[in-house]
Amino acid sequence: MLTDATAAATDKIRCDACPVMCYIKPGAAGACDRYANHNGELVRVDPHIVLQRTVSHGGQIVPFQAGGDWDGKIVHEPSVFVTAIGAGTTYPDYKPAPFIVSSEIDGVDMVTVVTEGIFSYCGVKVKIDTDRFLGPETATVRVQGEAVGHVTTSEYGSQMLSLGGVHHLTGGSKKEGRVTCDALMDLSNCKPVELTIDGGASVVVQAGYPPIVNGIAEERMRVGCGSATIGMFAKQWHGKVDEVVVVDDHITGVLSEHQAGKLLDIPDTGIKMKGRRSTPGRYFQVAEPGTGWGGTRISDPLTVLGPFDPKTARPGMTMLMVSTTGEHAAYYVLDEALKPVEKPMPADLKASVERIQENCEPALCTVLFMGGAGGSLRAGVTDNPVRLTRSVKDALTRVTSGGAPVYVWPGGGITFMVDVTRLPAGAFGYVPTPALVAPIEFTLRLSDYAALGGHMDHVRPLASLKENTEIRQMNSPQPGSRP
Amino acid sequence: MKRLPQIGWLADGRRLHLQDGPIDLIVEARGSETNLRAAYHAAIRRFTGLLDELCDELPVLRTAADPKQCLLEGVVARRMHAAVAPLAVDHFITPMAAVAGAVAEEILGAMVQEARFERAYVNNGGDIALYLADGSRFTVGLVDRPDRPGLIGTTMIAADDPSRGIATSGRHGRSFSLGIADAVTVLAPTAAQADAAATIIANAVDLPGHPAIVRCRADELQPDSDLGARLVTRGVNALEQREILSALEAGADKARMLLAAGWIDGAALRLQGETRVVALNEFGVMPPAASRRKMESAIYA
Repeated sequence: MLTDATAAATDKIRCDACPVMCYIKPGAAGACDRYANHNGELVRVDPHIVLQRTVSHGGQIVPFQAGGDWDGKIVHEPSVFVTAIGAGTTYPDYKPAPFIVSSEIDGVDMVTVVTEGIFSYCGVKVKIDTDRFLGPETATVRVQGEAVGHVTTSEYGSQMLSLGGVHHLTGGSKKEGRVTCDALMDLSNCKPVELTIDGGASVVVQAGYPPIVNGIAEERMRVGCGSATIGMFAKQWHGKVDEVVVVDDHITGVLSEHQAGKLLDIPDTGIKMKGRRSTPGRYFQVAEPGTGWGGTRISDPLTVLGPFDPKTARPGMTMLMVSTTGEHAAYYVLDEALKPVEKPMPADLKASVERIQENCEPALCTVLFMGGAGGSLRAGVTDNPVRLTRSVKDALTRVTSGGAPVYVWPGGGITFMVDVTRLPAGAFGYVPTPALVAPIEFTLRLSDYAALGGHMDHVRPLASLKENTEIRQMNSPQPGSRP
Repeated sequence: MKRLPQIGWLADGRRLHLQDGPIDLIVEARGSETNLRAAYHAAIRRFTGLLDELCDELPVLRTAADPKQCLLEGVVARRMHAAVAPLAVDHFITPMAAVAGAVAEEILGAMVQEARFERAYVNNGGDIALYLADGSRFTVGLVDRPDRPGLIGTTMIAADDPSRGIATSGRHGRSFSLGIADAVTVLAPTAAQADAAATIIANAVDLPGHPAIVRCRADELQPDSDLGARLVTRGVNALEQREILSALEAGADKARMLLAAGWIDGAALRLQGETRVVALNEFGVMPPAASRRKMESAIYA
C-alpha cells in the first residue's frame, strides 16, 4: 500500500492511492477523506494514525490488507481477516454513515456516527513553565479584553491557567462566548494565543512551545528552588568563591549559611539577606514576584542584600549571585568599604552558571483539553447512556480523542483530559452555540473484542507487518522550537 | 495483479465492510448461512474493480448530464446518468450526484442475483440500497448531523412500500452542497434516484445572499470538483426562526414537485434543529436530548 504523490502544480498534489487520482490542495483531503495534502506531502489521515499509536503503546494489531493477497475466501475465515484496528475496534474508523438501517435501534450501526462530540462543558488547562510572575491567583485571564478564564494554583516551576468552561462559553455576553470559544479552539489546535492577566503579565501561549512573557520568550524552567540549587552545586562552588546567593521568587538560597555549605565547612561571610528567613540559608520573599531575576521583580540583585557585617566580612571576599535558571548571574568582590563591586566572572564560575542552565529543562506551554461527554453524545452510542459510562469506568471501553490517550476522571460522567499536541492537526472545531467540537472515540479492548468473537489468532506484532504495510508517524510539533 | 478493495467485518461480526478509494460500504443481509456466504462473496466479487470502471469514465461523469442522451458505457455509470437525467432538464447536475446510490444498488443487485435472503442493505456512506422479501421491513433511523449523533427520527419501510433506496445529502457530508440544509433524507424507488433527488432538494434549502452563510468556490477546495466554480456552503451561522422555516420551505417545495412526479416517495429536511417532513409514513420522533419537545412541535405542528 505504498503511495506516492507527484507534484502536478505548484501547490496541489495528485494522489495516486486509488484510480480517482484526486488533485489535493494543501491542507485539504481527497474525495475519500483518507489521504490529505500536508505541506505538499501526501499523508494518510485515517486509521494508520490509530495504528501507529496502538503500536507505540504496546498494543497488538491486525493488519490492513497487507500486500493485497486476498485468498478469495469470505472474510469470516480467519485467514483473510482484515482491519486497521489495534486494541479492538475504534468506532468510527471511517466516514460516518448518517443513516442507520436496523430493526434494532440499539443496533451497532449507531456507532458509525460517533465521530465528534460537541462539548459545551469544556476548557483547557494551561501549564506555563516559568517562575516569572504572570498574575495573582484567581486573577482574570483575558483575550481581546474578554474574560476567558483565571490564574489557578501554581505547580512546580510552572504557572497554571484554567481557561474556558461553561460560564465563559455561554454564561456571559455573546462576545465573551465567541472569544472564549475561539481561544479554546486555537489553543487546542496548537496555535498561539495572546493572553493578558489582570494585574499581571501578557503571555503568548502555544502548546509545545516556550511561553512569551511580556514579549520575551522564556527559555528554561528553573533547575530547582534557590535552596535546592545551592544543594546541587555547593561542591562545584567550594573553593572557587566565598559566597553564593541563588535568587529565587520562592526560596532564595545562601551558600555559607545553607546546610550544604556548613557540611563543606564554608566559613561565614557576614552576608545579610532581606526577606524572611525560613531555615538557615533559605529565605522567603526576598523581593516581590515579577519577571526579573529568578521570578522576582528585581533587575539589580544587590537590592536583596543588606550591608555585610563588618565583624565577619573582609575586603576582597568574592560572591556569585545567580538566578535559578542561570539566565542571570553576576560576580562581585567586596571593596575596602565592604561594598560588593561587580567584576568579570572567572571562567570556572561561568562554567557553573552554564551548568545550571544546562540542567534546566526547556520551558514549554502545555495545553490539556478537558471536556465532559454529555448525555446526547453518549446517547449516540447507546440508548442507555449510563451503560457507556459504566463500560468506560470498568475499562471495558477505552476513550481516546483523535486517537490520543486520555485521562478519564474518576466519579460521574465521562470527563476526560487530553494533551492537545498528541492529536492530529486541526482536530478541534466549534459550533456557534458556542461550544467546541472535539474528536472522541470509544474503543473496545482486545479481550472484549475476543468476547465478541474476534480472530485473536490473527493478531500479529508490528515486526511482521513492516515489510508490506505503510505506517506513518504523526507529525506533532517538536517541542522547544518555534517555527 | 488486480488492486483489491479492503475487506473486513465490523466489530459485531455480522456487517461486512468494503472500502476502495472513496467508496465505503457497509453490507448486511439476513438469511441462512449458505445464502449469506454466497451473497457476501458476490458483493466482494462485484466490488473488486468497480472503482476502476467508474474512473475510466470519470471526466464525463463529472460534466453536466445531458438530459437527452447518454454517452456512458459502464452499467453503473449509465445508472448514474439515468438517475440524474430527468433532473438535468431544470438543474445543473452531474452523474456524480448519484454515484453513491448507484454503487450501492450495483452491489445489492449482485447479492440478490446469487442468493436468497430475507432482507439486505448496502449502505454507501449514508446512501442505501435495500432488498426486502415479502413481509419483511426495515426501521430506518435518521441522524441529522454526523457530528451530533443521536437519532432525530425514524421511519419504516415495508416490503409493500415502493421505496428501495434511501439517501442523505447536506452540507456536513463528504460531498459539497450548494444549499444550507444540515441533512435532507429522501426515500425513493432506487438508491440512485434517492441520491440524486437528495442532492437537488438539499441544494434548494437555501437563503441566497444571506450574510450568515459562508460560501466558497468548489474548485478552490477540490481542484477537480464536478461543481467547478459554483459556490458551495462552508458555514452557516445561527439563523432566525423565520429564516430557517423559509429555507426549509424552499426545499420542501422542491421535494413536493419530485413527489408529484413520482421521483421520490418521501423526504425529511433538517436545518438548525427544525425538521420538515414530506410524505414520510410513520415518521416517529426519537427521544433523547433536550430538543425533543421542540422537535415534536416542528414535526407535528
